[in-house]
Amino acid sequence: MVYFGELRPHKGKIHIIKDRCKGCGFCVEYCPKDVLELSKEYNAKGYHPPFIKDEDNCCYCQLCETICPEFAIYVTLKNEEDQGEKEQSRP
Amino acid sequence: MNKEKPRHPVEQFLRMDRMPHIWCPGCGIGTVVTSFTEALRKGEMDLDKVCVVSGIGCTGRVAGYIKLDSFHTTHGRAVPFATGLKLGNPELNVVVFSGDGDIVGIGGNHFIHAARRNMDLTIIVVNNFNYAMTGGQVAATTPIEANASTSPYGNFEYPFSIPYLAEASGATYVARWTALHIRRITKSIQEAMAKPGFSVVEVITPCVTLYGRRNRLGDGLNILKYYYDQSEIQHNADPRNINISYQGKLIVGKFVDKEKPTFLDAMNQHLNKVLGDDYQKYGKIREDQQ
Amino acid sequence: MKKNKADPKGVLTGTHFLDGDFSLAEGALAAGCRFFGGYPITPSTETAERFSERIPRVGGVFIQMEDELGTMAVLIGASWAGKKAMSVTSGPGFSLMMENLGLACMLETPLVLANVQRGGPSTGLPTLTGQQDMMQARWGSHGDYEIIAISPDSPQECFDFTIEAFNLSEKYRVPVLVMTDECVGHMHEKVVIPPAEEIEVSERKLYKGPKDQYLPFKPDKDGIPPMVKAGDGYQFHVTGLTHDERGYPVINAECQDWCVRHLVDKIKNNADDIIQIEEDQTDSAEVVVVSYGISSRVAVRAVNKARKEGLKVGNLRLITVWPFPEKRIRKLAKDVKAFVFPEINYGQVVHELERCAGGQCKVVGVPHMGGGVHNPDDIYKVIKEAAK
Repeated sequence: MVYFGELRPHKGKIHIIKDRCKGCGFCVEYCPKDVLELSKEYNAKGYHPPFIKDEDNCCYCQLCETICPEFAIYVTLKNEEDQGEKEQSRP
Repeated sequence: MNKEKPRHPVEQFLRMDRMPHIWCPGCGIGTVVTSFTEALRKGEMDLDKVCVVSGIGCTGRVAGYIKLDSFHTTHGRAVPFATGLKLGNPELNVVVFSGDGDIVGIGGNHFIHAARRNMDLTIIVVNNFNYAMTGGQVAATTPIEANASTSPYGNFEYPFSIPYLAEASGATYVARWTALHIRRITKSIQEAMAKPGFSVVEVITPCVTLYGRRNRLGDGLNILKYYYDQSEIQHNADPRNINISYQGKLIVGKFVDKEKPTFLDAMNQHLNKVLGDDYQKYGKIREDQQ
Repeated sequence: MKKNKADPKGVLTGTHFLDGDFSLAEGALAAGCRFFGGYPITPSTETAERFSERIPRVGGVFIQMEDELGTMAVLIGASWAGKKAMSVTSGPGFSLMMENLGLACMLETPLVLANVQRGGPSTGLPTLTGQQDMMQARWGSHGDYEIIAISPDSPQECFDFTIEAFNLSEKYRVPVLVMTDECVGHMHEKVVIPPAEEIEVSERKLYKGPKDQYLPFKPDKDGIPPMVKAGDGYQFHVTGLTHDERGYPVINAECQDWCVRHLVDKIKNNADDIIQIEEDQTDSAEVVVVSYGISSRVAVRAVNKARKEGLKVGNLRLITVWPFPEKRIRKLAKDVKAFVFPEINYGQVVHELERCAGGQCKVVGVPHMGGGVHNPDDIYKVIKEAAK
């Protein structure tokens, strides 16, 4: 989907550090695109870390990253060559 | 973007060799820490000059995880310790990051005096309404009727309202958010750290294992959501009218943002006036104070 | 350990007529102390007043804190910001400072605290003398730790010993207590302040290595860890929790063993260099009078009176009270009949003397409950009795 010439919405790549997660569910609840869900699998400590339902919807808003109290999830820009968008262009 | 393995952006500010941290699943302290590191990342400040001082308690462990000059001091004495750091080297940007019990409970006397002096400090108070570390005892901020391990029949003491206490004592920047207002917390911390003078940022934070469990408030997510849903942003609200009742409305926002010479400004200005050339100026005089 | 000359700005060279309290402040300024946090308490307040008057002209900070808890905390903060920091107090304030004095020891923070002792306990005799905080000086905070305590007996020594206190605290990264009392504090005497170039001043050993490898508590060969100051990019962490060399909390018995031994042995192993005592005719003595601070001046009269009557009396003055000169006492105890120990309390440091004498000779205390100094005759009578 492209508009205004070649501007495209951000696409994020989600990184989950499973063993840090304590299954609090903040990220799942507050992801605006409903990309995440708590998985059935366990991490080393017996918590259910989130899994990515469909990464395509991720709009790189970094809410999950900032809200996570365990520093267990973060996002990077999917394709770095996005029209000069830099990693630092965070809201 | 070079191709090295991507890292969580917060990791550059944390002592990753000390992770995982000690806070409970669903506790909001980690969220406030992330908002704080965001403020460090966004604010163009000399990170070498940033010091983090914590006292005792759950939030007291923050200093131990921050990869800057950090000090884990005695219970209630983070504020005077920070005062010593700031006065010892005025170029330092000193942040006190501690809990409600530590800052306005046992540390109350130092809090009001440092505010009275408009000491140039940033105070981040994580308010989870109880002494969580020691098992959830009632605190100076526990709402009336709330249950705690030392108010098993419900608290009947009138609690402090931290913004009201801060403003009444002389603080020149006071803001309050809940833990879910992550971007606003970051902005407030940035403003507080950039602003000379006594700046207080209170964050109402869920305490799952103690305060939450004793009062049957659900898990971290429930409490986080509840506080957010109960909150109402009223910038410049009069701190007199923002007391917190048990599970009641939470008036949040920036209540105070005014200008007043800091302790060191007042010292330099006054002694310079009185002693003239004899006076040895102390610390870098800020440009607008020349 | 760098030794250099005092910064002339703080040195009020000349001959003065000062009381002990003022001399403490002048000693601090001469030693390079540029930070004073205090709280008013009789009979020590004059030191704070003097410092607050002098520091604007010398360059530095005086802050009167809201209480002594804040006072001790502000000193530790200022010290970690690179300043030489000092405060002065008396009994009640001294008690309030104990917890954070423990923090200062745990963080191995150089600072100087003078205690102008007054009669106790509790409010006691605010305007009258006492030496009743000596054990509190040694054991006042909780846990095993070691500090240094020196005891001036005159305004001149208040000046000299405060410089010595700073040098010791900088050298051993430890709080140093200047244990004087109201009598000395309020006594005016001649105080000679030499030119700055004649005053030796020590500075803390600074870490020079790579910034990301600094360990706040890794001792060098002499047992003393080098120090850095906040704001220089070392990103160090220090905590009151039991910690390892990195300053990281480690909550187990092994780390506690290392941590406590390190804090205590750092002073114990260097005791011979730290301890200073004055001895007069102790080698041929049958009875040796041991004392410190103001009591040592009173004891001299009693000793002279006894010597005139042909009694072989030695005089040993403790300049350093803690660490206690155990070795010297053990040796001396073999050759003497008795020790006589006048102090203005019901018996405190005398117990330490008795422990070290190890039963090899009599140890007789001469207690005084406070509010004044001994009558020399009381000491003289005990000496005569002990000489029998």
